[in-house]
Amino acid sequence: MLNLTEGTPGARIIALGGYQPTRVVTNDEIATKVETSDEWIRSRVGIESRRIAAPDETVADMAVAAGGKALAASGLSAADIDLVIVATCTVEASIPNTAAQVANRLGISAPGAYDLNAACAGFCYALASASDAVRAGTARSVLVVGAEKLSQWIDWTDRSTCIIFADGAGAAVVGPVTDPAAGPGIGPVVWGSAGDMADKIYIKDRNSFIFQEGQTVFRWATTALYPVAKLACERAGIDPTDLAAFIPHQANLRIIEGIARKIGAPQALVAKDIVTSGNTSSASIPLALSKMLERGEIASGAPVLLLGFGGGIVYGGQVITAP
Amino acid sequence: MAMTDQEILTGLGEIIDEVAGVPADQVTPDKTFVDDLDIDSLSMVEIAVAAQDKFGVEIPDDQLKDLKTVQDVIDYVRRSAVSA
Repeated sequence: MLNLTEGTPGARIIALGGYQPTRVVTNDEIATKVETSDEWIRSRVGIESRRIAAPDETVADMAVAAGGKALAASGLSAADIDLVIVATCTVEASIPNTAAQVANRLGISAPGAYDLNAACAGFCYALASASDAVRAGTARSVLVVGAEKLSQWIDWTDRSTCIIFADGAGAAVVGPVTDPAAGPGIGPVVWGSAGDMADKIYIKDRNSFIFQEGQTVFRWATTALYPVAKLACERAGIDPTDLAAFIPHQANLRIIEGIARKIGAPQALVAKDIVTSGNTSSASIPLALSKMLERGEIASGAPVLLLGFGGGIVYGGQVITAP
Repeated sequence: MAMTDQEILTGLGEIIDEVAGVPADQVTPDKTFVDDLDIDSLSMVEIAVAAQDKFGVEIPDDQLKDLKTVQDVIDYVRRSAVSA
């Protein structure tokens, strides 16, 4: 007979932090390299500018920056973190994983460290895993990071992708709910996949560029995802009309607005960070959320719906309470 | 039960108003989506999806690209509804 660890009735996000590279790339700059225009990009994708990492700036660098900020904001010390999860699908090399390096550079002696690849749903997947670990007693305080350097996988002559993708990182510190009167701060994840659509968004191999069949992805995202969003609310026991904010993966402003129209939460503040951040895959949700909190746009304790979706196709979402 | 062209036009007007912000009374059969109504291909996909919800008629991408005017869509919906 084996023993099991004892966990806690719920987990919560304690703090967040975000990082964006300093280099700003405007639509006008891109229009000097491919046939497009500022006006076209703004109307089709919603982006005004995006951030691109320096050539020698790595996914790990960005993860450390965002993770460090989240840790500093959490009030915990590096010694308190016992699990590090980095969601990424654009990391330079598989071995060693990013999480162990991030842990080492932040001075965390982490017993657990792994990278998670669920493309642009990565943060929601990693958050769900972190919550489960805390609830099961596998970990007490988890650093969850979404970090991506999509720019190193972009064909800068392909105007269907080079206008969209960008670089950045967002991180959250997840810990136990210790107040007996408070409920869980991370709701049940609703996740799934459509592997039959593997050919809609992909990077073929280490020497290839990212490819996306935009029209098909657009149609899928604006039809298949709002039921997932509604189910995530239902499982968390939240009515969509109670949501303070809705933070979908910042794929494309038209997709964001298309899904938002259908979830039945007209009062919710909808994240539109893509406008000045571009599409940063698994970094987009924590980056948007950290900025909205910094700007004081979401009250502490208010319910927020997160919804990630991306290449795979994989998707996942959950309701959280804002730290 | 067959829908009249007018019924389809009214439904389409509501959809286009919601998706593209074009007032329903400006949606007349002769208008082209791209030039007259300033509706781009992404909005066309949303309109096709909404039309599927409203009329029960699927408009796949390869058919959608040939529908240039409001009347083209009305004809497509009417034809597809009959054969359903």
